[in-house]
Amino acid sequence: MAEAALPSNVAEIYEPSLFGTYSKKIGMWLFLLSDSLTFGALLYAYSYGRISISNWPTPFHSGSIVNATIMTAFLLTSSLTMVLAVNASALGNEKRRVLFLLATMACGAGFIILHGKEWSHLISEGLRLPIFPAVPHQEVASEFADVSKTVPQFAATFFTLTGMHMLHVTLGVVYLGVIALRRKFIPILFACWLVAWLATPSYSPFHYAAHVLLIAALVCSLIMWLKPKIYDAADVEVAGLYWHFVDLVWMFIFPLVYIMSTKIV
Amino acid sequence: MEDASQLAIEGRVAEQHRHHSVTPFFWVWGVLLVLTAIEVYLGYQNMEPKRMLSILMCLSIVKAALIIGYFMHMKYEVSRMKYLTMCSLVFCLAMMMVFFPDAFRIIYLGVR
Repeated sequence: MAEAALPSNVAEIYEPSLFGTYSKKIGMWLFLLSDSLTFGALLYAYSYGRISISNWPTPFHSGSIVNATIMTAFLLTSSLTMVLAVNASALGNEKRRVLFLLATMACGAGFIILHGKEWSHLISEGLRLPIFPAVPHQEVASEFADVSKTVPQFAATFFTLTGMHMLHVTLGVVYLGVIALRRKFIPILFACWLVAWLATPSYSPFHYAAHVLLIAALVCSLIMWLKPKIYDAADVEVAGLYWHFVDLVWMFIFPLVYIMSTKIV
Repeated sequence: MEDASQLAIEGRVAEQHRHHSVTPFFWVWGVLLVLTAIEVYLGYQNMEPKRMLSILMCLSIVKAALIIGYFMHMKYEVSRMKYLTMCSLVFCLAMMMVFFPDAFRIIYLGVR
């Protein structure tokens, strides 16, 4: 290990980092900057539709808003537990680090489940994309069926934006699972894939989206087989940056997509 | 030995984290929850969309600044890191606004 040969004053011997931090963290920041442009483009596309289409739907009744508010609270709380995990990791408290990482994952999983519930509700009400499998015995006269026909941009931008974010949250939970539990997380991930795949009906988009977990499990297995290592405080901090970014993006999606489309009765 | 210098920097950053109190993080979390509650309240006020959008975006920017500054530790980074990352991000996002006049054009002129 490199630490064994490390002189105590090594930071003074070498030229200081240009950005005052280690390269792993700078790499993550660069990734997040590029990813924020992806979300920026999606948010702008949604806003463009919101401005230019006069009969833009406002379909979110109070149930959806309450659901989205709880989702927001889950993400904000997960950010707090994540920052506590980073702190525990810096203090060398292994038990608290794992505990807070698991708490963060639990909040993230809660967010995904609620979001999945919301999507399933909207799809069952008739809001859908042409690529979604047909729902058997669906009531065609529901309010969202009209929305999908008259303003198809709403469903397209809504599902793309929130789906992209849900994918990021899912991958974030996987990332934290690997950091917290390392190899022990792989069988859990395979089990989650099986449950998600078998428990969802074949007409649900989640039946197919569950394969993201399978791909993630295979990729994580490969990474841990090729480069086994013990994740340190720096790895937890870098994972934390990714997690906070996911939270940050939701802070724009929530008001723009949900609050701006609240149905006031 | 490049790894050694990286490890030393990582150690120094971890040392900075050890000196940070966790109390501000709880405050930030509380403020973020309050701002979210305000957003939900505004959602039920029958407000003109443009005005509501302006207020909501201002609140979102405040929330984003709190998350980046405290949770993502940008507040504790060196100035070079702060300004280079944030200025480039704001510039790129602002450039995307070039499409908005076109969206307004559709409203005022109609689609032919």
